[in-house]
Amino acid sequence: MTDEGKTPLVEMRDIKVAFGGVHAVDGVSIDLYEGEVMGLVGGNGAGKSTLMRVLSGAHPANSGQILVDGQPVRIDNTRDAKRLNIETIYQTLALADNIAAPGNVFLGRELTTPFGSLDDGAMESATREVMGRLNPNFTNFRQPVVSLSGGQRQAVAIARAVHFNARILIMDEPTAALGPAETAQVRDLVKQLKSEGIGIFLISHDIHDVFDLSDRISVMYHGQIVGTVKHDEVTTDDVLGMIILGQEPDQANGDERASLA
Amino acid sequence: MAQPSGTAAAQPSSSTPARLRSAFAATEIDVRLFGMLVALVVILLGFHVLSGGKLISPANMITLAVQASGTAIMATGMVLIIVSRNIDLSVGSQVGVIAMAYAVLMTDFLPDVIGFPAVGSPLMWIVALGLGLGVGIMIGGLQGFIIAYIGVPSFVVTLGGLLAFRGVVWVLSEGAAVTGIDSTFRAFGGGANGSLGGDLTWALAIIGCLAIVALLIYNRRQRRNYGFQLRPLWAEVLIGAVACGVVLLLAYGANQEYLPRGLAARRAEELGIVVPEDELGTRFPMGVSWPIILLIGVTIVMTFVATRRRFGRYVYAYGGNPEAADLAGINTRWTIMKTFMLMGALCAIAAAIVVGRLNGAAQDLGTTQELLVIAAAVVGGTSFAGGIGTIPGAVLGAFVMQSLAYGLAFMGVPSPVQSIVAGIVLVVAVGLDSWNRRRGGGRRRAGT
Repeated sequence: MTDEGKTPLVEMRDIKVAFGGVHAVDGVSIDLYEGEVMGLVGGNGAGKSTLMRVLSGAHPANSGQILVDGQPVRIDNTRDAKRLNIETIYQTLALADNIAAPGNVFLGRELTTPFGSLDDGAMESATREVMGRLNPNFTNFRQPVVSLSGGQRQAVAIARAVHFNARILIMDEPTAALGPAETAQVRDLVKQLKSEGIGIFLISHDIHDVFDLSDRISVMYHGQIVGTVKHDEVTTDDVLGMIILGQEPDQANGDERASLA
Repeated sequence: MAQPSGTAAAQPSSSTPARLRSAFAATEIDVRLFGMLVALVVILLGFHVLSGGKLISPANMITLAVQASGTAIMATGMVLIIVSRNIDLSVGSQVGVIAMAYAVLMTDFLPDVIGFPAVGSPLMWIVALGLGLGVGIMIGGLQGFIIAYIGVPSFVVTLGGLLAFRGVVWVLSEGAAVTGIDSTFRAFGGGANGSLGGDLTWALAIIGCLAIVALLIYNRRQRRNYGFQLRPLWAEVLIGAVACGVVLLLAYGANQEYLPRGLAARRAEELGIVVPEDELGTRFPMGVSWPIILLIGVTIVMTFVATRRRFGRYVYAYGGNPEAADLAGINTRWTIMKTFMLMGALCAIAAAIVVGRLNGAAQDLGTTQELLVIAAAVVGGTSFAGGIGTIPGAVLGAFVMQSLAYGLAFMGVPSPVQSIVAGIVLVVAVGLDSWNRRRGGGRRRAGT
């Protein structure tokens, strides 16, 4: 899938984010191609979520550059990111619990009538359509999302991201709160979106969640990229070693890896 | 909700209560609001019986409504503030400041200092009201800015406002009460000179009925366009009939009050008609008064803003999950600041009503009203956890509290006891509500 000759869909160069004196992200460069799934793994506090929050506009970077289609872009807030068709499914889902599914899907991008009032009918109709694709069992379009199951809430968060023609999708621990059936559903969805040419960043602290789905895997350790490997050139154990030791597989001592496996 | 009627139809209920419940669900009436309406009617009927059938009369009900109007108008704004996880303790003092501003403007500043508009000009009321609204929006904007952009908790900022604005009232009037405002402005207070009269009241009622029918038809057509489940036709007709019936009944009630004989004689003279002496007292119905028209207008506009505008949606989204609202790209700070500006404007409207009624302003106007306003919003189902609350609920809440106070006063219960009852009712009402939510919020929503 990765075609080195093509321009990356998105490229982050030398991104730095510091909280006080702590370098949460310390000079990270990463890229993503059309129709590619990039697994971003690392332990807790490795900086993967912070890096992705920079791309989604939720947190400003202290320095660094972001390019979309080879063009430098400014992403100061989530609206900027969404204008660039960068959509994010947050680990917390970021749903307004007291509002029904259509209101959440269109939050911040409401459809309005010519008089400027909310067009709830149009929003519900569009939500029904996108849900029909994602999760045909979803029927609660009028109740606040607080009354929905974990999987249904996840579906709402995903619908919000895919409805607006995402080109770059960031999924932060998308299956962390889901049961086996729902996890399988999300995996199928990732494959489907990938086949539609969407570039996907898949964040997880657990390599087993993302290994099969990813074309490439970047491992973060203490705010830096340890290495980026191709899915078909490594094993989960190699990646696990990188996550834990913070070193490329060939640098790590064979015995150490053996003891981990 | 399409869901409840669907499930109800799928499994025919055997027992009568179940069938009644599913029929009720089919009407899609808000259970909480309906319950409050029932509570309000029970309170009024209870006092009516206790007072030997004297309480419920057109005159009493009009007085009750006018007394509740200011608090109810302010409560509609307080809902949005509490929904977005803030509080405004300064609204009573805001009413005090704006009321005094109206009084000083109309007695001193506009006529004497600027010489505009000429004394007795019909423009006076609109100039004064505009300036008052401006003051309210500025006060709200200042507090809202400090809360939203500087990040000082609203409790602290508005507590400061409560103290500071009360001081401003004294400064404005140099410690004296100000009376004798412009006669055009007095109409805001209602009464014989602040009412629409019989014909206009009927006209307004008929417009209201037409609007209700139009709204029902529009909604039904929208649903059909999108292929959503429709409310059963009987439910639509029932809702329309009941709503129009209530509107017409209110108009009829308002028209059962007549201009006093003196005013009626003058009115007859103005119109150039001869009215027999013994018919004078029943010739000119007063009709609905301005405070009530303002309340109805504010309720409709605020409901529209809360449920059908982006701003309202953002207020509720922020209340439900502030982080989600931020991540969705909503300008949450500006949204919060706007809720306080809106509150200031509503305080200005409430102040206009009280100044019109009292024909002036006193130092202590609006003192402790913030507590009544917050109580009305909370009794009306607004939750301090954020994200939950409705405008009509708050208006009903204001009427429930005012009906209790009015009923007790009518029975000659001393004022300290009234306060005790009001306090207990506040806690019990909110307690029942949260118990009910915990017990079956989810299940009730599912319509079973």
